[in-house]
Parts: sequence; C-alpha cells; structure tokens
Amino acid sequence: MPGKLKVKIVAGRHLPVMDRASDLTDAFVEVKFGNTTFKTDVYLKSLNPQWNSEWFKFEVDDEDLQDEPLQITVLDHDTYSANDAIGKVYIDIDPLLYSEAATVISGWFPIYDTIHGIRGEINVVVKVDLFNDLNRFRQSSCGVKFFCTTSIPKCYRAVVIHGFVEELVVNEDPEYQWIDRIRTPRASNEARQRLISLMSGELQRKIGLKVLEMRGNAVVGYLQCFDLEGESGLVVRAIGTACTLDKLSSPATFLPACNSPSKEMKESPLVHPPSHGCRSTHNSPIHTATGSRLTQSFSVSVPTLIYTGMGSGSAGKEGGPFKALLRQQTQSALEQRGGSPHRFCRRREFPFLTLTAFPPGLLVHVGGVVSARSVKLLDRIHNPDEPETRDAWWAEIRQEIKSHAKALGCHAVVGYSESTSICEEVCILSASGTAAVLSPRFLQEGTVDGSLEQRVEENLPVGCGFCHIPYDELNMPFPAHLTHCYNCRKQKVPDVLFTTIDLPTDAVVIGKGCLIQARLCRLKKKAQAEANATAISNLLPFMEYEVHTQLMNKLKLKGMNALFGLRIQITVGENMLMGLASATGVYLAALPMPGGIQIAGKTPSDGSYEQHISHMQKKINDTIAKNKELYEINPPEVSEEIIGSPIPEPRQRSRLLRSQSESSDEVTELDLSHGKKDAFVLEIDDTDAMEDVHSLLTDVPPPSGFYSCNTEIMPGINNWTSEIQMFTSVRVVRLSSLNLTNQALNKNFNGLCENLLKSLYFKLRSMTPCCLCHVNFTVSLPEDELIQVTVTAVAITFDKNQALQTTKAHAEKSLQRASTDNEELLQFPLELCSDSVPSHAFPAAKEHPESASSNSGTPAAQRATSVDYSSFADRCSSWIELIKLKAQTIRRGSIKTTVTVEKASPMGDGNFRNRSAPPCAGSTVGVVKMTPLSFIPGAKITKYLGIINMFFIRETTSLREEGGVSGFLHTFIAEVFAMVRAHVAALGGNAVVSYIMKQCVFMENPSKNQAQCLINVSGDAVVFVRESDLEVMSTQQPAVNCQPTCTGEVTT
Amino acid sequence: MTSELDIFVGNTTLIDEDVYRLWLDGYSVNDAVALRVRSGILEQTGATAGVLQSDTMDHYRTFHMLERLLHAPPKLLHQLIFQIPPSRQALLIERYYTFDEAFVREVLGKKLSKGTKKDLDDISTKTGITLKSCRRQFDNFKRVFKVVEEMRGSLVDNIQQHFLLSDRLARDYAAIVFFANNRFETGKKKLQYLSFGDFAFCAELMIQNWTLGAVDSQMDDMDVDLDKEFLQDLKELKVLVADKDLLDLHKSLVCTALRGKLSVFSEMETNFKNLSRGLVNVAAKLTHNKDVRDLFVDLVEKFVEPCRSDHWPLSDVRLFLNQYSVSVHSLDGFRHQTLWDRYMGTLRGCLLRLYHD
Repeated sequence: MPGKLKVKIVAGRHLPVMDRASDLTDAFVEVKFGNTTFKTDVYLKSLNPQWNSEWFKFEVDDEDLQDEPLQITVLDHDTYSANDAIGKVYIDIDPLLYSEAATVISGWFPIYDTIHGIRGEINVVVKVDLFNDLNRFRQSSCGVKFFCTTSIPKCYRAVVIHGFVEELVVNEDPEYQWIDRIRTPRASNEARQRLISLMSGELQRKIGLKVLEMRGNAVVGYLQCFDLEGESGLVVRAIGTACTLDKLSSPATFLPACNSPSKEMKESPLVHPPSHGCRSTHNSPIHTATGSRLTQSFSVSVPTLIYTGMGSGSAGKEGGPFKALLRQQTQSALEQRGGSPHRFCRRREFPFLTLTAFPPGLLVHVGGVVSARSVKLLDRIHNPDEPETRDAWWAEIRQEIKSHAKALGCHAVVGYSESTSICEEVCILSASGTAAVLSPRFLQEGTVDGSLEQRVEENLPVGCGFCHIPYDELNMPFPAHLTHCYNCRKQKVPDVLFTTIDLPTDAVVIGKGCLIQARLCRLKKKAQAEANATAISNLLPFMEYEVHTQLMNKLKLKGMNALFGLRIQITVGENMLMGLASATGVYLAALPMPGGIQIAGKTPSDGSYEQHISHMQKKINDTIAKNKELYEINPPEVSEEIIGSPIPEPRQRSRLLRSQSESSDEVTELDLSHGKKDAFVLEIDDTDAMEDVHSLLTDVPPPSGFYSCNTEIMPGINNWTSEIQMFTSVRVVRLSSLNLTNQALNKNFNGLCENLLKSLYFKLRSMTPCCLCHVNFTVSLPEDELIQVTVTAVAITFDKNQALQTTKAHAEKSLQRASTDNEELLQFPLELCSDSVPSHAFPAAKEHPESASSNSGTPAAQRATSVDYSSFADRCSSWIELIKLKAQTIRRGSIKTTVTVEKASPMGDGNFRNRSAPPCAGSTVGVVKMTPLSFIPGAKITKYLGIINMFFIRETTSLREEGGVSGFLHTFIAEVFAMVRAHVAALGGNAVVSYIMKQCVFMENPSKNQAQCLINVSGDAVVFVRESDLEVMSTQQPAVNCQPTCTGEVTT
Repeated sequence: MTSELDIFVGNTTLIDEDVYRLWLDGYSVNDAVALRVRSGILEQTGATAGVLQSDTMDHYRTFHMLERLLHAPPKLLHQLIFQIPPSRQALLIERYYTFDEAFVREVLGKKLSKGTKKDLDDISTKTGITLKSCRRQFDNFKRVFKVVEEMRGSLVDNIQQHFLLSDRLARDYAAIVFFANNRFETGKKKLQYLSFGDFAFCAELMIQNWTLGAVDSQMDDMDVDLDKEFLQDLKELKVLVADKDLLDLHKSLVCTALRGKLSVFSEMETNFKNLSRGLVNVAAKLTHNKDVRDLFVDLVEKFVEPCRSDHWPLSDVRLFLNQYSVSVHSLDGFRHQTLWDRYMGTLRGCLLRLYHD
C-alpha cells in the first residue's frame, strides 16, 4: 500500500440555483479517485453549503496516484428524478508526490461544467501520505520533479544534465467513438477531459521512470502536447531534459533537502535506484508498447534548411539554383518500414536539450538552427491504438535533426522543440533546435555522442564564445562569410547567426532587440491522401526558403545580425499553408556589422522605373538608419587593422543539408553566394518581388515606449519594475473567398498580425515604458476560409531613466570585456561553483544573516559604479582610450563585482524597493501572477510547487446568448485563467511561471448556434517573495519560511 | 477579410476608465468609438480606427460580463474569474452605482415599479440621458431598495455592507430608498427648484429623527418607515393653532424676542398666524399617507413661498424658526414639548435647506 490519499470537502459558495421553485440548491459532492467513490451528505436548500465532511481516504498504488486525477463532482439532489450535475473539479495530485513541493492542496476551486462554464466554487483539502516500499517492481516514478521552465529553475543547481527524454501515449478519442452518437455533449466532453488528464498522468509517470533510469531526479523544459488526430486517435506526447538538480540551500547534493521523516519517505525513490520493468497496466485505457510490429505508413520526407550564416546569398537568383535544390529535395515515397526499435533503447541516441538558457559554461559554441519536417498520412497508420508508428515518425525526424547538427560540427542540439499541424488526415511533424557544442562538465557520458569531434576550448572568451563557428571553415556546410570575431579577434564568426535559444546572459549586445516576424501564405489545391501530402511537401521547401529570406531581409532592415528564440510554425489547412516565424533580433557585438539591402532592377532601360527603384532604395536606407537609431545600435567604429586581415573567401560553394533518409544520390551543390559580400541584393524582376519589398517596409515599429521580443528577456533592458500583465489575445478572420491569390493572402495575413500587435500596444499603453516579452504567436486554420491567430505574452514595465544609464554602462561593459578576457576567465569557474543560477545568492543568505547584509550591500555599490562608468563614457571619445581606461580600473579591482552582479540580475535590482504593491489588502482573493517567463521581475522565487498542466473543453449550444463567438471565447479564457490561479493558490503558491497556452482549438457553427473550444495550458506553480519584502525579512528573522502574505492557508 | 472573433484577456482585467464611463452612459459601441475619436485619442497614440473599434468592443464585453457581478458587489470581491486590484474593484462599483442628478430628480419618491420603468423613455427624452443609462440607474435604485427594504438596523450601514459603496453614495441611496418607500412627491412644478441634495438632506434628518430606528434601533421596524405612533401623536400639536390664546401667546413671545432683529419684522408679524397654522397643520395631517406624500409640497406652499414672496433673507428665516420653536417651551398650557421638539427640530433643518431660489 504505497499511498493514502485523503480528501475533505469543506464548503461551497456561489452555487447556481438548481431548483427554480425555491431559488435554492440541495447540493452534495461525489469524490472519486480511480474506481472508488465517496459522497458527502446533501446540504439542503443553500447556495453556500457547509459540508465539512469527514476525511475521505483512498488507499492506492503510487502508480495510480501519478496517473489518476482526483475527480470532484458537485450535484444537486433530486428525490424524484436523476440528480443534476452542477459541475466538476479535477485536481492533479502530482505536486503532492514529491518533497520540496506542496504538502497540502487546500483552497477554493471553481466548479466547472463544460456546457455552463464556472458555476460557483468549492473548498477542498487534499493530502497524501506516501509509504515506503522498496521491493516493488517499479512502475511509478514518484519523486521526479517536473518543470516547464526551459532553464535550470532558480533556487536549484544542475549537478548533471542527463539529456533528452521523450514519450508518447495514444488512445482512441472519445469524441470519435460510436458511443458519442448517443451520449450528451457534456458526457462526451467529460470523457475527453478525463482521458487526457489520465494520459497526461501516465505520460508524466513514464517520463519519470526514464529519468530515474538515467539517475536523474528532475525533468526541466518539460513540454507536453496533444495531437487531436481525429479518427486515428488522440496522442499525448512529451519531451524534456532529464537533470539531477540540487536545491541551492541544501548542504549536500544527495541528501534530501528537508529532514522531516515524512518528506524523507517521499524522497525515497531517489535514494533507491529503480530497476525498470515492462509490466503493462491493466486498468488503464492506454496501451503501452509491448512489442514491435510492421507498420506501413505513408511518409513524405521534407528537405530541411539549416539557418545560419546564409546571409550573403542572393535572393534574386531564385530562378536557377533554388529550383535545382527543390528538384531533388522533394521526394515522396511510400516507405516500407521495418520494425521499429524497442522503445526503451533509443533514449540516449539523441543529444538534445529542451533548454533555452544554460548554466554558465555549458554552452560552448552555437552552429545554427536545424529543423526537419515530415508530412504523414494519419489514415495509413496500421495500428492506430499503438504508439509505435508515431514513435517511429518522431525517431526519424530526430535522426534527421541529429545529422544536421553533425554536419554543422555540433554534437548536440539545444532549444529543441517539436510540434505538429493536422488537417483532416494530413499531419506535418516538425522539429527544430539549435546545433551546439556543449561543455562536457555538466553532461553525463552517455549524452554526448563520443564519436563526434569535440571542439571544446576550455579557455573561451566570455560573451562571444558561443558565436564562434563550431565547424571547419574550409569545409563549411553552407555558404557563409566568416570574419574574425569582433569581440576577441581570435576565432571566426559567421556574419549572421540564427538560434532557437534565449540570448545567453553573458552575450555582448549592442543596443536593444526587437521582435521580427516572417509571415507567409501559400495556396494549395484541395486534394486527397497521397496527392495532398505530396502537394504539401512540394510547397514546404518554398515556404522554408521564403520564410528564411523574409527573416534575413527584416533582420538587415533592423540593422541587426542575430536572431534568438526563432520559432517557425507551418500550419496546414484545407486549401492553404501558413508559415509564421517569430524571433528576437539583436546586434551581437561579436558579429560583423550587417550590410545594407540593395535593390536591383531587372530592366534598367526605363527611366521612370530607375527612378522608382532608387526611390525604394532610399526608403530602405532610411528605414535602416531609423531602426539603428530606434534600437540604439551604435557599434564602435572598428578599423580593418584591428580586426585583422579579412579571411580568405572560403570555397564559393555550398551544400544544403538534406535528410539522411533520402536515397537520392544527386549531389546538391548550390551557389547561393555572389561576388562581393556586404550588401544584400534584392532583385526586382516582377511585381511579386515588388510586393515583397513593399511588405518589408509595411512593418511599422512599435509606438514609442514599447519594445517587444519573443525571448525571456529583452536584450538591452535590464531594469524591470514589478508590474506585469500577462494576456492572451485571439483573432479569427474570415477571408473573402473571391479571387484569392497568394499575394492577397499574404497581405491579409500580414495585416492581421500587424493589427493584432497594434491593438496590443494600444491596450497596454498605460504601462509604458514597457516591453512585451515572450510574444508567442500561434496560427491555425480551423476552417476553409478562417485564420486564427493566438498571441500570449507578458508586458513588463521598466524604468526609463535607469534604462539609459544601464545601456551606456552595458556598452562599456562589453568593451571592457573584450579587453579583459583573461581576468574574466579566472573568475569564471569560481562563479560557476559558488552559484550556478544567476542572482540567487539569496537562499543561502537567508541562513546566514551576516552574508545577507553583505550581499544586500552589493547592489548599491554596483549602482554607484555603473553611474561612474557612464560618466566615463561621455568623456572617452576613442574606443582604444576607453579600453585603456577600463583596463586600469579593472586592475584597481572595483569592477569585478559590477560585472557579476549586473550579469546576474536580468531583472535589475534596487529599483523595486519603493514600488512593490501593498499585499492585496481588503481583497479576499489572493493575487496570483501569471507569466510566460521563468522569473518574476523584482521578486525571488523561493519554492517550486509543481507543474500545472490543465486541459479544458467548453461547449455551448446557445452561442448568441453568450455574446457570440467573442463572448464565448472571452469567457472561456478568463475561466481558464481563473482555474489555473485557483489551483496555484490551493497549492500555496502566488504565481505561475513559464506559463504557456499550448493549444486553443476553436470550432464554431453559428448557424446551429454552437461552438466548442479546447484549451491546454501548463506552467510551474511557484512561491515568490518581493525583493523588498525579502530584505525586511532577512534583517529581521533569517529563518522565516517565505510564505506569501495572501496565501495563509498552507498548513501541514 | 472580416473579423469573426477578436478578444483580449489579461490575467489582470484591464479597465479603461474612459470607456467604462461611456459604457455606463449607455452609448453603443459605435457611438463610443466616435466619441473616443473626437477626444483625439487617435492622434495621441497613433492608433487606427480599427484598433479603437476592437478595443472598445473588448472593453464593452468585459463590462457586460462584469455587470452580473456588479449587481451584487460582494460577489465581485469573492469571484475568481476576473483578477482585479481592490482599488479598481471599488472604482467599478462606485461608478456603476453613481447616478445622474437629472435622472434621480425624475424618479425620486416614485414607486420603483414596472410602471415607472415604462416611463423611462420619456425621462430619457426629457433629460437627454440615454435610455440604457436610465435603465441601469433605475435598476440600481430598485435593487438597492429590494435588498434593504426589509432589513433592520441603520439604512446607510445596510447599503454600505451590501453594495460596498462609499459613505457619500450610500447616504444618497438611503435617501432614495427612503423617498421611494414613503413616496414623497418631488415632481410638482413648485418643487422643481429643489435639487436632489436638498431632498437627501431632508431625508437624512427625517431618518435620524422621525423613523422607528431613530428611537430604538433594536426595534423590529427600521429606518425606512416613519414612526407611525409619532405621526399619530402629531395631531396633539393642533392645539397650538386651534387654541386662540395659545396662538396669540406664541405670537407675542416670538415677536417680543425678535423685535428689531428682523429686517422683515412687520411682514413676520402679519404673517405669523398663517405661517404657524401652516406648519402645525402639516404636522397634524401626517397621519394620512396621502398627506405624508405631499409633505414637501405643503412645506413649500405653506412656508417657503409666503416667506419668499415677502423677500425674507435666509438669516431672518433662521432666526424666526429658532425663536418659533423655542418659544413653545414657554407656553405653560402646552404639554407636548418633546413631541414638538422632535417635529420642529427636523422641520426647521429641512425648511432652512429648502429655503432658496
């Protein structure tokens, strides 16, 4: 008996009126876990019943504890007819299964009904007692911590990063079962919600098992998605990075952080390494893989591009070489696949990390973005209920990614993610990541493919090392212009760098960053099966190419040279494909200054045409100049001598990497480069090209006071104030079906995205100066002529005055870095072992009041120095002089702290003391913050309470009455937020970090007055403490357990 | 390309005060957009009309969703769907329950029934307040009335507790409820010069002194109803005018005391009996509901207008009323001193407030 789950139903409030006669309700509650159900008494005639039930006890396997959700149903008692359901609450008890997280779940939960939405609230208390059980054939993985955060969570330290974990489970979709024809929509929705909850639990447990097997204790960057395949099933899949994490405050690595006996018991799975088994679970509706079978599947392999330094390729020569590329890149085949390898064996094959930010020293070099796509037909899955086929599909794609990385001279892929787009029976699987060279310090032997050449240079210069090319310059995988690094002048760097990761905290950036998007639509003929798949896969390479060109053009137009957080989404619809790429452009000091964009006309005979071209050229040049000013990009003028002689041009030939699975023996050798570098030539040979240039210029910069990026932090801003506003915005537009052309489509789509952004800026205008961070666009094509765009982001305010100051200081710091490589290096390992997570010297400080006081002293000192430096900057006119000055100061020894502290706190410091809001006085509902970022500005996360992973369905048959589609979805999203907040508050938390809305599937049928929506969200529940409060606490009583003021309900 | 769906949901609900005001004022989305355009917001922010339209729609939708909660403000505080900072919650509630002077003057003292609701069209045309806004204000009055009507204890406290209004607004609502319950006539032409503030002032005095709650707050009945017993007793005051000797004595006492102090002494002297008769008769008639309703009409007819026609300055009115009340204590044959004070104390306050142009 490994666990006892205890549940108490306390009370309800704001219940709906269920009895029209009395305007009251006779409510009671059913508590269900697994196959056991308990009931409370009926509380007669009240909308605010006080059940105050006994403790309902469920004695269950820990395996079930992980898989099953606790299901609480509130009903209205009816003597004569069937009891009416008021609504349900599903509680994921996973956070109670590992120590350090929550010990009790207690609070008010919204009672949710899939037809009526939230109908009142219920107060529930849940506890779990876990018993130790050593001699079991392990199926559970209690104790493994899960984090959605794609970096090492604050207040933890990574001891070992074990590597990639993945799993998927498949089940029949209840909506497509025969029984769905006769049951009510409510029953069907609930069956679906419950099933997904169950599958998520099972998936998490299985991933946990893999982690235990790798001797890890946590999964970081856990990304779970579900694919609604329709007839062929419902897939829940997840990827993550297995790690061994160590709580920063705990004295030793292997000891549990807490000493109470009950917690130690919880920790036990970690102490006893498990042996893995393959017992299948009988009572679960999900089928585990038991063997391998032959599967026949239709598969189209799609060529992949690698985005790195292709900047100098001429876009105008599309006609020739690019077509050649396509010819042999698009290959479709009916593949007879062999048996897939055993599912457990392939784990370490893929040296992938889902992390986007890394402990200092881990990331050595970045090669560029690698991505792979594949078009599959879902109705050809032989055994739809078994996961093998999908496993094989993903394995194939991952293999491709791996080989791309290899070609870039990299042994690992970081910032890795996977996604799908499904339309009827066609499914596009996509994976992308950033090829990288990692330092083996943190990695387990198994993770890194030993056969690869590891070019790990131990004494790397900080701030530019990751830009240095990992590949052999004489045998480059694609055309790129290499130069000596503008920062250290020792290694080679490409002229442009694209990555999917966050900007490394130590990267030297000039000016600010900005959100860059490439948007694209392509019409496609409606087709069936293979023909459709072939058509799609024929279009994909064009789209990839065009998305890339757009990104490159826009990047140059911004006067920047690197993209971070690149995410390319290709969405498939009935009659079109949509591509949307978002990234954050920055100017990396290490990379060369980007050349301008030159326009060349094809027919130079016409005079007016010439004039037009030159007019355009002027406009482009003006835009570049304006952008440089706007984003404060003023790189120091560097003469050629300092940089060193230009590197001899590498071989002027390039190879676009192709997927290994292709059997074509034709060699692709494209010449994408043109004579002299520097300028990027756009040839205008037809109206299309003209349109493209025009569309380049239509992107308007955000209004003053606004910045936007899709990464965690905005490069160039580091003085965040504490006000944050997370939001989701959804738009659906109907295209007029008349004479749709690609051009018109593109224009519409562009307008849609631009208007959406404009609306956001307008709505948030009261927050300026502020930055929209982690702007995440998702496109879907729910119907023929409908385009749906969903945006989730967070607006964070910052202090404008200080911004000016720090950017100055920042620029100087970068210069100073360049000159003091060695000194920095000496300091580097120290920094690494003392505190691997930036800016969190604090947990330790809590234990030692003395060090706390000395710590809190630093920010002041740092501010003082940075002020000092900006005044230096004013006086120093020449760069060299500046370096000299810096070098002198460094020798005096005062600057070292400056660098560490400043780098350490991306959220700025000191500034919030006066600003922190008063703790929700007067309100009875505690404030729960939500943010897609991994941190909360102006606050320290003191505790992770567990993962939030929720799935909701809402349906209506009275769409008009609920305010039409907008009213319906607005309410639903607000309800989802409310339920997330309620769960976090019940866990004792006051924020959700790394929040993401992974799916928002909206379907409508206005003629029938119906609509349905599915939403899947996830994030990490945390406890945070304002830095201002922390200071008070540390001076008063160092041993205080940091509970937020608003959530006082947590007791053990 | 047409927009089918367009929403924005923040973790903290965004409230735009300007749009909220437009919504409360009952403007349609299009009118609100037009008004916002006129305010120059497009120039200030560089936004387009489309953006403004979408923003306005969004706010309207939010307000519409919040309206249900605003009907029972404590619900707004406890609900989980909208995360709104407490200061904003207070603002939402306060503004929602704020009413227009012009509107309240139209319905003050009227029965808050369906019949009155039907007249809102006319009120809207007359006052220039949109029908929608009229409906909201009317429904607010009615809602507050329904909730506190049967409640014990202080009217203002009850309103404040159940609607979380500011002290000032709660007092105004107390007056509205009090007037609605007693159906005081306020719409007559001769009462048009009076503001809502005048009536609210009188209502407060009457609640404090003339209701059951005024005597004993533990009593079954409360602030909303006038003390019936007290009204019955008021008949006893009639002796002050019915008894010729008493009336003459009263007059001479007042005249002696005020001689040389009033600019309108002679007018006072000639009018004393009329005025006194008027004031006492008003008291004596209050046993009938119909006459209670006409209280303000009577006061204006019997006291305010005669004084005004003789151009009494306010200071003289004050002096007169004080002396008029006090002198009664010196009338030996008169036994109802406490009753007189309870009546006249309040009436004096009301009359002074009502006495203006």
